[in-house]
Amino acid sequence: MMSGKKVGEAKNLLYLDNAATSWPKPPGVAPAMVHFIESVGANPGRSGHRLSVKAARIVYDAREALARFFNMPDPLRVIFGLNITDGINLALHGLLKQGDHVVTTSMEHNAVMRPLHQKEKFGVEFTQVACEQDGTLNPEQIESAIQPNTRLVVVNHASNVCGTLLPIKEIGKIVRDAGLLFLVDSAQSAGAIEIDMAGDLIDLLAFTGHKSLYGPMGTGGLIVGKRVDVQELSSLRQGGTGSRSEREEQPDFMPDCYESGTSNAVGLAGLLASLTWLNNVEVQKIQADEEKLCQQMINGLMEIPNIRVYGTHDAKKQTATVAWNMKGVEPSTIGMRLDEEFGILCRVGLHCAPSAHRTIGTFPDGCVRFGLGAFNSEPDVERALQSVARIAKEES
Amino acid sequence: MISLHSVILVDSTSHAMRIEKVLHTHNIPSKLIPVPRHLSSDCGVCVRIASDKKERVREILESNKIVYQSIKVL
Repeated sequence: MMSGKKVGEAKNLLYLDNAATSWPKPPGVAPAMVHFIESVGANPGRSGHRLSVKAARIVYDAREALARFFNMPDPLRVIFGLNITDGINLALHGLLKQGDHVVTTSMEHNAVMRPLHQKEKFGVEFTQVACEQDGTLNPEQIESAIQPNTRLVVVNHASNVCGTLLPIKEIGKIVRDAGLLFLVDSAQSAGAIEIDMAGDLIDLLAFTGHKSLYGPMGTGGLIVGKRVDVQELSSLRQGGTGSRSEREEQPDFMPDCYESGTSNAVGLAGLLASLTWLNNVEVQKIQADEEKLCQQMINGLMEIPNIRVYGTHDAKKQTATVAWNMKGVEPSTIGMRLDEEFGILCRVGLHCAPSAHRTIGTFPDGCVRFGLGAFNSEPDVERALQSVARIAKEES
Repeated sequence: MISLHSVILVDSTSHAMRIEKVLHTHNIPSKLIPVPRHLSSDCGVCVRIASDKKERVREILESNKIVYQSIKVL
């Protein structure tokens, strides 16, 4: 089992909210951020002095590490934004024009659904293909939803509610054969499941640094594949980039075109450290460990009377995020009891994904979500199961 | 007088970083320096190399499909 640093009161808490953000972070992350603040400090790419160059090198190294991680040959096509939501917004608002049609699924997060509803007001249409109640999708449904004016297919790789994986490789092939663009929301999967932009035929990969890449918050963005050029993707914000300062028009090259204003270099220093850690422990090892814990959690919960577990019940078909409910007890009551009486932290409710909850049959009440991470262990799962069993007994 | 140094002018600091790394893998020494005002009005950095490596650098950049503005004698 791997260990991350928790101090003070936090040491005794069982954190099962990794699907919201991973915690604790790997050992090198906080020191890298402290190092940046104390010993680097300057604005990356804004000046030519040694500390500015040092800062820019850290940002560039983070770009390069991400490009390598997702098998994208050109690091300059890694665009840093505010977070993954910002990356998805750049792709959707930057690409889609009046009259365009988009295909998506019924398992999407509001990070995709809200921009699509916004675009709808400006003449963009979309079709949501229905996933099964366990969150799975037959990729042929994507194919049948494609229309003559379809421009883009956008799907989340793994559900943020119940962890179910969508077959991105198969969908990627359908999208490429149809000559369309493919945007993947990897919020729940990047770092937990291997993603290969070239192999999976992904044109636009929205990523977040603070979940399974184990970096700090505020470090997400969009990786833009070779099939999308600067002319096609409009920037959402314009401003200073440290380049072409003599001109008042936005630069027309990546990444500067999409990165106006000072970046979160402190956060990116942390992300670079977490990617180094991730490459050392290897995604496959984390995936195997999490799969084991996830199956232990699913099986254990299903043995407790009055508990219903959502999703596929098969850890190989999902990330280590387990959604469940207790018959006759509100998810919010369970969340509060777990926190106050057992020191177990999780997320209850609708998880910013009403459409996904409708698909799995938990709208509008929501459910309880246990999000496991690389720093959880078998005893953690056991502690959670015993606590849930006690609540189930007392509430019955 | 023969100038000892040349600079590679680039679009942005990210491009400079990329060039620095590629040159390093080919064992060609380089240094990021502020863009000299007489060469460009850009406020960022450029990559300084030894002038006698200019042609070799051009080949490397082109074979790696790395975008740069120009190489100028300092």
